[in-house]
Amino acid sequence: MTGPAILLLLAGLGAIAWVSARARAMRLADVARATGRRDAVHSLPGYHGWYVALWTLIPAAIFLAVWANVAPGLVTQQVLHDPAAQSLPADAFARSAILGEARAIAAGDQAAAFNPASNALVDPYSDAITKYGVIGAVLALILAFAGGAYAFTRIRADFRARTRVERLVMATLLVASLLAIVTTLGIVGSLLWESFRFFSMVSPIDFLFGLKWSPQSAAMGYGNDDAFGAVPLFWGTIFIGAIIAMIVAIPLGLMSAVYLTQYASPTVRKWMKPLLEVLAGVPTVVYGYFAALTIAPALRDLAVSIGIHSASSESALAAGLVMGVMIIPFVSSMADDSIAAVPQSMRDGSLAMGATTSETIRKVMIPAALPGVVGGVLLAVSRAIGETMIVVMAAGLAANLTLNPFASVTTVTTQIVQLLTGDQEFDSAKTLAAFALGLVLFIVTLLLNIVALRVVKKYREAYE
Amino acid sequence: MTEEQKLLSPADPKMTARDVKVFYGVKEAIKGVSIDVDMDNVTAFIGPSGCGKSTFLRTLNRMNDTVASARVEGTITLDGEDIYAPSMDVVQLRARVGMVFQKPNPFPKSIYENIAYGPRIHGLASAKADLDVIVEKSLRRAGLWDEVKDRLNDSGTALSGGQQQRLCIGRAIAVEPEVILMDEPCSALDPIATAKIEELIHELRGRYGIVIVTHNMQQAARVSQRTAFFHLGELVEYGVTSDIFTNPRQERTKDYITGRYG
Repeated sequence: MTGPAILLLLAGLGAIAWVSARARAMRLADVARATGRRDAVHSLPGYHGWYVALWTLIPAAIFLAVWANVAPGLVTQQVLHDPAAQSLPADAFARSAILGEARAIAAGDQAAAFNPASNALVDPYSDAITKYGVIGAVLALILAFAGGAYAFTRIRADFRARTRVERLVMATLLVASLLAIVTTLGIVGSLLWESFRFFSMVSPIDFLFGLKWSPQSAAMGYGNDDAFGAVPLFWGTIFIGAIIAMIVAIPLGLMSAVYLTQYASPTVRKWMKPLLEVLAGVPTVVYGYFAALTIAPALRDLAVSIGIHSASSESALAAGLVMGVMIIPFVSSMADDSIAAVPQSMRDGSLAMGATTSETIRKVMIPAALPGVVGGVLLAVSRAIGETMIVVMAAGLAANLTLNPFASVTTVTTQIVQLLTGDQEFDSAKTLAAFALGLVLFIVTLLLNIVALRVVKKYREAYE
Repeated sequence: MTEEQKLLSPADPKMTARDVKVFYGVKEAIKGVSIDVDMDNVTAFIGPSGCGKSTFLRTLNRMNDTVASARVEGTITLDGEDIYAPSMDVVQLRARVGMVFQKPNPFPKSIYENIAYGPRIHGLASAKADLDVIVEKSLRRAGLWDEVKDRLNDSGTALSGGQQQRLCIGRAIAVEPEVILMDEPCSALDPIATAKIEELIHELRGRYGIVIVTHNMQQAARVSQRTAFFHLGELVEYGVTSDIFTNPRQERTKDYITGRYG
């Protein structure tokens, strides 16, 4: 029996279980109510229905999931005991190639064999697959019936089916939320492990403080010394994400927040705020090719025209400017929130002293909102240094340690992409370096986020 | 002229309001109010919540300008000059007519900077020494100097509620206003802090024209010479404070003062 068929059958059984359990619970409830006691009936009939249906479905579903993993091994075991398997070559690689092909043909995934030796094993394979398929289906159905029957016999008017169903709902939700946490822990674990392997090949001191980054030379056998100095990458990341992008994003974001909260009429605000937030919804790859194809060539031409002939077509400036534009909505919406959170009485107090609106904003509102604004900027920085697409497309790969914004620099994220794309061997220092870079990036953004959230939270408490 | 007429229509009024109406959109919040403010007497506005007394107070230094839908009709003058005339600079006006709010609202700056804020934005002091003098003088007049002279660099928000309110009064005094508007200045304070503010109002009287909004009738009786009773946007009764409280002419005033509503 095929997988979809058995699932359909189980679903049908579940539906039947639900309907019949509900009907039985209704009858029992009627009888119990006749006794006149208020607590004679505990759960609504629907809960009894769900209780029995879940008992029918869940054990069978768990069994099928386990069986799907166990059955292939059993099938292979049986095929290997078949007389036709005696002629298989002793070499493990050739064996598994033939077995794999035979299985694919038997399962209908492949039409004909490359290796004629496979043909002999097709029949044993299909026999075994059918056999274990039937066994699995029968066992699943037995489990479904057993579970359903057990639950069905427990239905009584005062049986607490609702409590049990609710508990299952809670457990499901808990598992869903744990899944995200477990995944995060898994990612961190793998980062730590691979980084550990990297640092057993390259000293952390050389990695964190070395000034020369040339993983290719290490891969070509010139040794790991001096090849993995990540300072140029850190500098490039900071130069683009924390300096150039912020020079664009902080003033523009702050000024737009001030305009929207202090000057704009409600109608203007109603239109402009969503429009500004649309910027945050533009896919970063779109920003990326905008930076690479439009801004970067224009900047190079500009630089050449003012006499900077060393200007690269993949400049730090192009990537940083576009990234700054991308970040504007983050800064502006955080600043907007914090300025709006400054009590109206503060603003009135200043205006009543005869201060103009702009004096009030500069001398009272922004100082009062500063912690929130700083928090927003930190979050924006953490977002900017983790940003990948724009810098991959526009910033280039040359690990230059330079202050010239028209020169090409590279960033941590760009190098991670570079190290891990294409065919890679996963035990060389060159590949593992990507994980070490990822770990550094992870730690820095985590710290930035923690600091930013604490600053923002502390500030919120101050005015509430 | 009787004493009463002299008090209610002083010969040299600092500010006058004639038939002032305030509209929020189409709603008429203030319905034709006329009063005078002079330097020697304190004017109190009393009335139940929502009667328009704070709204009217805010027309006197054009703080209602910050509310987009508010519109003012009638004439308000300061030294005979119409404050709603196009030639009137609202920044100058607010420097001359200061305001103290219901809830103490010191800026999140040091005590010194709170007082220095106004003089700085109006360019009243050119040197640090001048500013120091203004700060000390203002804090002395606000009755706060002795309590804070050793910690001028502490944050203004760290003071107690009553001290914060006196700081706000000192802040208003620092720009040398001619009139000070007080919008329920004691409603967020305890009785001792309230007594100090009331004492301060007595000391400031004569030097500044003072208008105080209060929902506390004893306070109005204690600090003011003239009282205006507002109800539903109307100026119901305007008279000498002692008369209003002992011998109200209007039925509504009497009901309010005897605590029948409000």
